[in-house]
Amino acid sequence: MALCESCRRGFLSRRHDFVAKTLADLTEAMKRAIFAERYAREPGLLQAIDPRVKLVTFLVLLLLAAWTRRLDVLGGLYLLTLGLAIASRIPIDFFVKRVWLFIPIFAGMVALPAIFNVVTPGKPLFTVLTLVGAPCFLPAQIFVTEQGLYGALIFILRVATSVSIAVLLVLTTRWTRLLKALGVLRFPQIGILVLGMTYRYIFLFLHNMESIFLARRSRTVGRSNWQEKERWLAASIGSLLGKSYHMSNEVYLAMVSRGWNGRPVLSDHFTLCRRDWAWLGFVFILSVLIIWVGMR
Amino acid sequence: MTVIFDLEAVGYDYLNSSPALRDITFSIAAGKSIAILGANGSGKSTLLKLLDGLYFPVTGEIRAFGVLLTEAQFRNEAWAFGFRRRVGLLFQNPDVQLFLPTVRDEVAFAPLQLGLSRGEVSVRVESALTTLGIARLADRAPYNLSEGEKKKVAIASVLSLDPDVWLLDEPLASLDPRTGAWMMDFLFSLVEQGKTLVIATHNLAIARNVAHQACVLDETHRLIAHGQADVLLDNKALLLQANLIYNNGDHVLARQVSRALQDT
Repeated sequence: MALCESCRRGFLSRRHDFVAKTLADLTEAMKRAIFAERYAREPGLLQAIDPRVKLVTFLVLLLLAAWTRRLDVLGGLYLLTLGLAIASRIPIDFFVKRVWLFIPIFAGMVALPAIFNVVTPGKPLFTVLTLVGAPCFLPAQIFVTEQGLYGALIFILRVATSVSIAVLLVLTTRWTRLLKALGVLRFPQIGILVLGMTYRYIFLFLHNMESIFLARRSRTVGRSNWQEKERWLAASIGSLLGKSYHMSNEVYLAMVSRGWNGRPVLSDHFTLCRRDWAWLGFVFILSVLIIWVGMR
Repeated sequence: MTVIFDLEAVGYDYLNSSPALRDITFSIAAGKSIAILGANGSGKSTLLKLLDGLYFPVTGEIRAFGVLLTEAQFRNEAWAFGFRRRVGLLFQNPDVQLFLPTVRDEVAFAPLQLGLSRGEVSVRVESALTTLGIARLADRAPYNLSEGEKKKVAIASVLSLDPDVWLLDEPLASLDPRTGAWMMDFLFSLVEQGKTLVIATHNLAIARNVAHQACVLDETHRLIAHGQADVLLDNKALLLQANLIYNNGDHVLARQVSRALQDT
């Protein structure tokens, strides 16, 4: 990594350097999000499965989670993701936190109104509010309905299970392999190539951005005003854009030099082993079971 | 003697800027190594790109393997594939050359693009990685390799094609001494295999040790000398004119003038 932690702390020590702090934190967050492959390198269950198999089977699991309307099935699928996380050596508290951090904010806010009789009529569970002299379009009592609560629970658990499945896939698969696995879904090769190159160069430009910050810091004495900061920021963005443009031209020439003709042929060295077939079989049986239970 | 490249009064301009190359005439024979010598900005890298058919001359002409290099010629796909298989370019900045997410992808890119079978590509990739001692890096991403490792991967990405002609842009740039020595050995091995090498550099040690011939570009982007490498490298006046060496006396004089100014 280009910027060590102590440098970063020093770099961010100016509490009022809002722009620099925002950009540095953004850079750090992007790095963490994109390049953290710590768990993908662990010798766990899901890490050992061929990424193509994993991608397809996880899509099937996602479809099942979206299709089923049974709370017990969704609960079972969610428990399965927890079990898979443990078998894949992902710390369970980290995994649960990552999944549940935003669910109450987003899914919860969407589901909350649906639990009341105003939105979902049904059998009352408990009264929340009694309205005296309520307008004609509102009922005299607002209560939580059994149907509403069930629907909201289904919704939240479906979101949690789907997010868990997606997070498991991303945490246990290296980006490079995940991108290549998209080929089995007939994702265009040019798209895979462009995504791969984007992934590769994001790091380089993050590194450049950090260098620009450090270069500025090494030449800055005292506190600069907002105008100066804005001028510097605009100049840095312009400079980075110029560098990116120049590099894109050079990269294109390097591609042409090695035979690029606009039709990508990418390497693919995946091989299916017994473990992959076993996983495929397990997901197949599970799917049949869930569909059978759901259709009863 | 078979001529690989034949340049006749070649000139090149970048858009909206001064000329990058002017009136370059020389030829490169098969199995020889030639050093393109010149100071920074003299047009060495541009010349390599012209030889690789990435740019085309604004004036004059370049023939490769007896065929005129033009954009129309490169639209003939079969011919272009043949040319790309025979000529490999190593860029100065490995970050430019390593554009794929893993080292293995990178080394496999050229042979796959040029239509080799997947089995053949696999053999070539393993062979290139083993030859350069970087098999352990195969599944690593280029962004977290050292400069020396990046350079080796960039070489492997050309080696997997096994081209007859190697165009090398500043091969020793930003390498530590050990990797630099390794690079020199690698260049020797290419010469011993009878490959044609065109090395753009301002490092005179490479020219003296590896090149049979040399071309010298000056800072006005013109070819000022072409001939036996050791003869040209012994010509101090020529090297001074091309800004390839400096006269130590100039700097001593500059310091004396500076001190005198401070005293006054």
